[in-house]
Amino acid sequence: MRTNERLGPGKVAANVLLLLAALFYLFPFYWIVSGSFKIQNVAIQIPPEWFPKEPTLRNYADLAKSPVLRWTLNSFLVSLGTTALVCGTASMAGYALAKKNFPGRKLIFWAFIAAMSLPKQVVMIPLFTMLAKWRWIDTYWALIFPAVGWPFGVFLMRQFSQTIPTELLEAARIDGCGEARMFTRIALPIMQPGIGALAIFTFISSWNDYFMQLILVRSTKMQTLPLGIAALQQEFLTNYGMLMAGAAIASVPMIIVFACFQKYFAQGITLGAVKG
Amino acid sequence: MSDALARPARASRPRGVSHAKESFAAYVFLLPALCFFSVFVVYPMLRGMYLSFFKLAGRRMTFVGLKNYVDLANDPVFWRSLGNTLLLVVGNVPIVIVFSLFVAATIFRKRPFTRSLLRGVFYLPAVSSVVSITVVWSWIYHPRYGVLNYLISRAGAEPVAWLGDPRFALAAVLVVMTTLSVGQPIILYVASLGNSPESYVEAAEIDGASPWQRFRHIVWPLLMPTTLYIVIITTINSFQVFAIIQLLTSGGPAYATTTLMYQIYERAFQIGDFGQSSALGVILAVIIVAISVVQYRYFKSDVEY
Repeated sequence: MRTNERLGPGKVAANVLLLLAALFYLFPFYWIVSGSFKIQNVAIQIPPEWFPKEPTLRNYADLAKSPVLRWTLNSFLVSLGTTALVCGTASMAGYALAKKNFPGRKLIFWAFIAAMSLPKQVVMIPLFTMLAKWRWIDTYWALIFPAVGWPFGVFLMRQFSQTIPTELLEAARIDGCGEARMFTRIALPIMQPGIGALAIFTFISSWNDYFMQLILVRSTKMQTLPLGIAALQQEFLTNYGMLMAGAAIASVPMIIVFACFQKYFAQGITLGAVKG
Repeated sequence: MSDALARPARASRPRGVSHAKESFAAYVFLLPALCFFSVFVVYPMLRGMYLSFFKLAGRRMTFVGLKNYVDLANDPVFWRSLGNTLLLVVGNVPIVIVFSLFVAATIFRKRPFTRSLLRGVFYLPAVSSVVSITVVWSWIYHPRYGVLNYLISRAGAEPVAWLGDPRFALAAVLVVMTTLSVGQPIILYVASLGNSPESYVEAAEIDGASPWQRFRHIVWPLLMPTTLYIVIITTINSFQVFAIIQLLTSGGPAYATTTLMYQIYERAFQIGDFGQSSALGVILAVIIVAISVVQYRYFKSDVEY
C-alpha cells in the first residue's frame, strides 16, 4: 500500500515538476559559468551554443585589467567587518537582554523590536545626508557601520541566549566568576551555533546590500563587487562573456560560503521565525 | 513565560551591591549595540520623517509643510509606481507561497542529503549575488541575443522585447523577483513540516481522507503560523525590491516598471529632491507597517479557531 502510494502518478508528477523547477533555478548559474568561457561573438550567436565548444579564459584576463581585485577586496572587507561587528555587539546585547535583570530592560528590548518591524526606507535618505555631512562617502565606515545598527542580530542573539541555563550562570557567580568571564566562558560557547547563523546571514546580506553601496560609493576604487559588475554592464552593454565572468566572480564566493554553512543558516532562519 | 525563565534566580544571594553590579554589567554589554542603533537607525528614522516636511536645495532647507506629500498625490508617476509596487507584491506573494510549499512538501521526506541539496538549489539565487543573477537574466531576456526569444521562436512565436515592451516588462521583472524570493520560505516550510505531528496525518489517512483533504484540513492549518510569517516577510521584501529594477529596466519603459523604492532612488539621486524622496520613504514605510499589521490580524484570527 505504502510503496504503491510512493510510486503513484501524483508523486511521479510532483517529482518531475520538482526536477524541472530545479533545472529552471540552476540554468542562470549554468549560463553565467558557461557564458564566462565564451568570447563575445560566440556569446551572442543565435542559435546559442549550449556548451562552449572552445572555452577561453580571455574574459577573465580582460576582467583582470579592471579593478576587479580591488572590488573583491572591498566586498570582503565590508562584509567581514560588518559581520564581526554585528556578531560582537549583538551577542553581548542579546545576552544582556535575555539573562540580566536591570532597570529599563523591557523598554530597550521593545525599542529594538519596534525598529525591526519598521522598514529601512525611512532611514536611507537621512542616513545618506548624515554620512555625506560627516564626509564618510567613499569610506569603509559608511558601508559597515549603518548595517551594524540594524537590530535583527540583537533579537536573534536574545532568542539564542534564552537557552543558556540560568543555574549555570548562577553557579559560576557563586564560584566568584566575574561578569566578563561569565560571558566569554559560559554564555559564548552555548550561543556559538546562533552566532554562526548570524554570521552567515549578515555576511550574505551585507554582500548583497546593493542599494546602500550604490548611494554611498562614488569612486571606482571604493566600489564593491556587485557595484563593479553593475558598472561593467553599463560600460560593456552586450559583451556578455565578460559580464558573465564578473557575475561568476561575484557569486562563487557566496555559493561556497553557503554550501559550507547551510546547516547553520537553516537553523538561524527557523529560530528567528519560530519565536518571532 | 520566557521572562520568568530568563530572570536569574536570586534567592540565594543578598540584594544590593551585586545587583547594582549586575545592572552595570548589563549596560556595558548593551552599550556598543545601543550606540550603533541610536546613531544609525533611530536618529535617521526620526530625521527622515522630519526631512519629509522640507524642501532641500543644496545646503538650504526650507520648511514646506505637507507640500512634498501633496505634490506626490498630484503626481501620476507616484501613482504609477504605487500601482506597480502593489502588482509586484500581489503577484509575488501567492507564487512564493504555492511554489515553496510545493517544493518543501516534495523534498521534506527525501534523504537528508537530497533534501539539503535541493533546498540549496532553490536558495542559491538569493544567497549568491543578486546583481549576478540580474545581469544574467538581462541577457536571457535580450530581444536579439537572449535564449528566451530563441526558444520561443523555435516554438513558432514572434520575438518579444521582454524588458522593452510595457506589456511584458513588469511580468519579466516579477519572474526574476520570484526566483530570488523562495529560498527562505522553503527552509521555513521544510522545518515546520518536520515539526508537525505525524500522528494527525496518519490518523486521517486511516480514516480514508484523500490527500487533498489531509492537506486542506490538517497540514495547512498546522502550517498557518509559518505561512503568516512567510507572507509578511515576502510582502516586506517585495516592497523593497530595487537592484532587479535598476539593473533590468531602470523603471522603464515609460515608467512601466518603476516602483516606490525606485522612485526614492530616482528622486533623491537623479533629480536631487531629497525632501520629496524622504516623503516617499515615509509613505512606503507607513504602507508596509499597515499591511503587516493587517496581515498579522487576519492570519491570527485564522490560526486561533
